[in-house]
Amino acid sequence: MTDTIKDSIRAFIIDSFLFGDTSQAIADDMSLIDNNLVDSTGVLELVFFLESNFGISVKDTEVVPENLDSIGAMAAFIESKRKAAA
Amino acid sequence: MCGLVGYTGTDISPPAGEHLLARMNGTIAHRGPDADGLWAEPGIGLGHRRLSIVGLHDGQQPMASADGHHVIAYNGEVFNFVELRAGLEERGHSFRTGSDTEVILHLYAEYGPDCVQHMNGDFAFALWDRSRQRLMLARDRVGVRPLFYTEHQGGLYFASEIKALLTVPGVSAEIDPFALDEIFTLWAPIPPRTGFRDVLELPPGHFMLVEGNTRRIERYWSLDYPEQGDAGDTRPEDEIAEELLALLDDATRIRMRADVQVGAYLSGGLDSSITTALATRHTAQRLATFSVSFASAEHDESAFQQIMSSTLGTLHADVHCDTNDIASCFPSVIAHTERPLVRTAPAPLFLLSGLVREHGIKVVLTGEGADEVFGGYDIFKEDKIRRFSARQPGSRFRPLLFKRLYPYLPNLQNQSAEYLAAFFGAKSAELDDPLASHRPRMRSTAAAKLFFSGDLRKALGGYDAAETLVGQLPEAFGRWHPQHQAQYLETRFLLPGYILSSQGDRMAMAHGIEGRFPFLDHRLIEFASRIPPRLTLKGLTEKHILRKATAHLLPERIANRTKLPYRAPDSQAFAMADAPPYVRELLAPKAIERTGLFNPLAVEKLVAKAGTSGVDGFRDNTAYVGILSTQLWDRTFSSSAGSRLTAAA
Repeated sequence: MTDTIKDSIRAFIIDSFLFGDTSQAIADDMSLIDNNLVDSTGVLELVFFLESNFGISVKDTEVVPENLDSIGAMAAFIESKRKAAA
Repeated sequence: MCGLVGYTGTDISPPAGEHLLARMNGTIAHRGPDADGLWAEPGIGLGHRRLSIVGLHDGQQPMASADGHHVIAYNGEVFNFVELRAGLEERGHSFRTGSDTEVILHLYAEYGPDCVQHMNGDFAFALWDRSRQRLMLARDRVGVRPLFYTEHQGGLYFASEIKALLTVPGVSAEIDPFALDEIFTLWAPIPPRTGFRDVLELPPGHFMLVEGNTRRIERYWSLDYPEQGDAGDTRPEDEIAEELLALLDDATRIRMRADVQVGAYLSGGLDSSITTALATRHTAQRLATFSVSFASAEHDESAFQQIMSSTLGTLHADVHCDTNDIASCFPSVIAHTERPLVRTAPAPLFLLSGLVREHGIKVVLTGEGADEVFGGYDIFKEDKIRRFSARQPGSRFRPLLFKRLYPYLPNLQNQSAEYLAAFFGAKSAELDDPLASHRPRMRSTAAAKLFFSGDLRKALGGYDAAETLVGQLPEAFGRWHPQHQAQYLETRFLLPGYILSSQGDRMAMAHGIEGRFPFLDHRLIEFASRIPPRLTLKGLTEKHILRKATAHLLPERIANRTKLPYRAPDSQAFAMADAPPYVRELLAPKAIERTGLFNPLAVEKLVAKAGTSGVDGFRDNTAYVGILSTQLWDRTFSSSAGSRLTAAA
């Protein structure tokens, strides 16, 4: 399940932030900010993507790098949100 | 103001030389619509296009001295020519004309190349010393006026614009990939590099002496700041403000000297409001003022322009600029900037100079330079907050200060303190980096290099524009106050490379308009460099000392305005369905592939994104405008980028 989530997020990042460039491997723990993949607009795009595709609602206080700055962090965040909702 | 062309060091005959000069001159006719002139003798040729401003009837160029020893082609103004002339007359010089051009000839006769030390102005000139068979090329201190050169088969060719050099037989327009890297990092090439391989610019504050086969370039002026520990100007604030106003007033006064009417740009911001207010003191006529208004509220300042215009009683005219206007004129803009852009901001200024020309005005004062000289840019505040935040890395309060910097960026306003810290924050060690103040902006801009093609990356071979920049910093740089370091980076690089060039000289001269910049009077720059940073950026109030010195000149609503950076709509100007056909043509995958500089697949996705949801992020806007302008630039000036990249690699 988590791998599917990660693959989906990875595909979104490649399409939206790397514009299809697959030459750069995106490890699960790679920081999106430190590697210049997202700016302030990109963060909002990420939130919109997560809410639209994973049936979760992201609170303002949850929009922090700890939850969103890597593929792994986002997958864990989604899992925890789903568990809390279950 | 005008344009010049010329050559030396070739065995071209004078008649053939004049033919070449005429061709070179023809490409810069827009710089000098009033007259032209050519002069050639064995080994040297000078050409000139004239915009008549001082000495309307006796200032034709190239101009020879009465004794025939010296010949000059000159672009610009020496604002203190009246005082220089009086001093030279006392020393026995007699003058035949009322022009400032002749003053330079006499000044050179008196002081040789050191003549530039005496000149207060915006100039680029070529002066042939017949007795020494020596050419002097010189450029003003901060880089208001351009001067480019290239060497070809032993000859040196020079001109106010690169397009003139490209008419020299054998000189071709080849893209310099390193310049692209610099533009996509710093917004402009690092001097002496230009966008074209083997075409260089004479850096601001430098002159070149060419004597036989020897070419020597010397710096005659540089920006300097007190080292930390040297308190700088320690006088009370009131005294500093008083002297500031006196200097600025005098800088404005001598910039009103002209034999034609002088007008002013009035943006509605603090700086041009100050120069306009001071200008009204020094003209008997009702001052003509000009501005741009935008349809989009986030860019428009017309309400403030109206306040200033009615307060000062100026004759005001404005050109309305919407996204279609930007898209329509952008090809002409790139033909004049002669380099790619990562912002569209020059385009409205192109329209503005056209408006000025329609009103029959040739000269305008502008407020440019105040932000560099008196600490006005957001980037200075940003650096201050980063340093403040770095002292308490876990603070949730300190990063929120970043929101105060960019009230006009809604996406940033929505960010948490944690994200703000991640975007802008810095660890203490990173603040020791000489480029610390500019790293966030450089990183955001350079992110657009994601779109570079494999061939371009290969040609660059890991080139690092930032490293080149660091290599040009003076030895004392690290001992200056951090704000002074940031001001130096702006003043030495972005000001001449982008503000005064792409937004300044090139847009104004596209319509034969001369811009004059009171805030860039070197006396004022040198004076301001010793003002303690706490008086320029006081807390987070920018240009504090300037506000204090000039508050009585302005309505309160203008005097207390927080700076709104001058911006124009970027990618949205081109992504609309009714955009001009060239946009679609140049961004089509085949066109991108043919140019060879960008990744066609990635560009296709960017264009699709812009066309559907729009792009409003910094990186994507930079990429969109940068790619489109590079494509335009390539189409305008060259024909086979792919082969050029191979050659450069």
